[in-house]
Amino acid sequence: MALLEIKNLSVHFGAPESPMIAVDGLDLTVEPGEVLGIVGESGSGKSVTSLALMGLIDAPGRVSADVLKFDGRDLLRMPIRERRAMLGRDIAMIFQDPGTTLNPCFTVEDHLVETLAVHEGGSRRALRARALELLQQVEIPDPLRRLGAYPHQLSGGMSQRVMIALAIACNPRLLIADEPTTALDVTVQAQVLDLLLRLHRDRGMGLMLITHDLGVIAETAQRVVVMYAGQVMEIGTVPEIFISPQHPYTAALMSALPENNVGRERLQTIAGVVPGAYDRPRGCLLAPRCKYAQSRCQTERPSLDHAAHGEVRCFFPLEANVTQDRAATASESNV
Amino acid sequence: MTNTPQLLQVEALAKHYPVSTGFLKPKALVRALDGVSFHLDAGKTLAVVGESGCGKTTLARQITMIETPTAGLMRLDGTDIARASPETLKLMRPQVQMVFQNPYASLNPRKRVGTILEESLIIHTRLSPAERSEKARAMMARVGLRPEHYARYPHMFSGGQRQRIAIARALMTNPKLVVADEPVSALDVSIQAQVLNLLMDLQQETGVAFVFVSHNLAVVEHIADEVMVMYLGRVVEQGPKRMIFESPRHPYTRALLSATPRVDVIQRKVRFMAKGELPSPLDPPPGCAFHRRCPHCIDVCKIAAPELRQVGDHLTACHRAEEI
Repeated sequence: MALLEIKNLSVHFGAPESPMIAVDGLDLTVEPGEVLGIVGESGSGKSVTSLALMGLIDAPGRVSADVLKFDGRDLLRMPIRERRAMLGRDIAMIFQDPGTTLNPCFTVEDHLVETLAVHEGGSRRALRARALELLQQVEIPDPLRRLGAYPHQLSGGMSQRVMIALAIACNPRLLIADEPTTALDVTVQAQVLDLLLRLHRDRGMGLMLITHDLGVIAETAQRVVVMYAGQVMEIGTVPEIFISPQHPYTAALMSALPENNVGRERLQTIAGVVPGAYDRPRGCLLAPRCKYAQSRCQTERPSLDHAAHGEVRCFFPLEANVTQDRAATASESNV
Repeated sequence: MTNTPQLLQVEALAKHYPVSTGFLKPKALVRALDGVSFHLDAGKTLAVVGESGCGKTTLARQITMIETPTAGLMRLDGTDIARASPETLKLMRPQVQMVFQNPYASLNPRKRVGTILEESLIIHTRLSPAERSEKARAMMARVGLRPEHYARYPHMFSGGQRQRIAIARALMTNPKLVVADEPVSALDVSIQAQVLNLLMDLQQETGVAFVFVSHNLAVVEHIADEVMVMYLGRVVEQGPKRMIFESPRHPYTRALLSATPRVDVIQRKVRFMAKGELPSPLDPPPGCAFHRRCPHCIDVCKIAAPELRQVGDHLTACHRAEEI
């Protein structure tokens, strides 16, 4: 049974008659002990998806879904009290910017002890010991001294480690990491990703890694969901999705990466920009930017269907041979 | 335009900032930039690479003449700009322009695109309003903005378009050198590619030289001619792009290269991770600044700071560059 099952999740903002559609009929599952990557550009709805899951979308945002199940229990229909107890304990989240998510008025110890007290309880002394243990698990040097530190005394990488310690405090079964390393330097990013993967392995927890960086996904995830303008465009496994992407958008993202353009004068680009709230195309959302678009793409919206491998939302998924050509040229230029 | 091959010459440039450590305590000195030397030819791109706190931005502030360096030499087109008088500096400033990292913060939200572009012309030239407007419109066409954008405000544009406005603004005075401080790191992959292409096109058209500050090695590999890797205010490795990427000598360069995530399975090398984080610039470690994070550290690294020297085909500051 899937750890997390989402069917037809939609998040709308603004007036009901002309809503801004942030997430549009999203289906996805996370298996226990899996690393699922969600990748997409700004405005693709990847962060809103995770916020909706955590029940963090406030009015006037509206969340609707056919199925939203965690571990077989329906999150939509359970009492709010029960759901709140579950969030933060069974499903935990790490946010993008560690500098703004920690409360500047409280010490690292206060943060950790508060979370532990809410979900598990215990004596002050026991909670403090547990907090210390958590800091050791996230490999913070000199943890005893760091317990008393305020967020402004910590570096970016250190703050993100504290955030991770907070998230794993109650042994979650699913950890959602929303751009956990975007604000960090590359060497520190590598350390934090390593830490997340180690925790995932040791504890067998599911990890949902949201990022815009295809490289990070390729190095960590087992399955990838590619999102564009609120819709899932392609779901596939690593490395197949990177070797032979079937959706033109995935392929275009890949070919826009500087590392796939070694030896070329110019980078390949995707013309245009992500459609805004009020200029969403009638047909396929990518149609105005897609170099393979045909008349059908302009008028009809494709559904997410099973393809050669994984699922693709495209009337004309790229054939294996087309993408193999691309892969071949890519590997040639790497030689 | 004179065609001196060496547009910018920098020698032993240093910038130290005094920092207050508390009431009645002596001031500490942050050596944000400590003996940096390089030169840049006209029409070329020098990439400055390093993590936050390595002195990249301080270097940019010296080159753009926003600050006066503590010591060292800086020549732009033969003119000394490190110790020049305010009058000379004012004459030189149009030659060096800057593009900032975040186009959401670097454009004044109360000004229209036209006003933003023409501001530098008002300061540095005596063109009439009609001539200024004509120049601004011509520049907008060159960076791929439409004529109707002239009267719009920055909030009406996407991130990629804003960065185009910022680039247009930098080029308004026909500079010989543009310092771009992480110009694409706030942009999405597909937009990033568009902006990088634009920068390269403009360089071919106008022969402008770039100092390109970035921490993204994949981007640097694409755009740079020369690469300079910095760590804690010093240059640790410097040379032509191909040399740096194909045979990096300094352990820090290697750490950066192997920490950069890549999509390509084949290119993924064995992870070599730098331990810990950048030390505090207020209290730099003795000897080599990188020694506490370095897997190849030996005793001499803890005592003596390595000098930048020729190793093979480029410059490296490492005691063990030949062995590792």
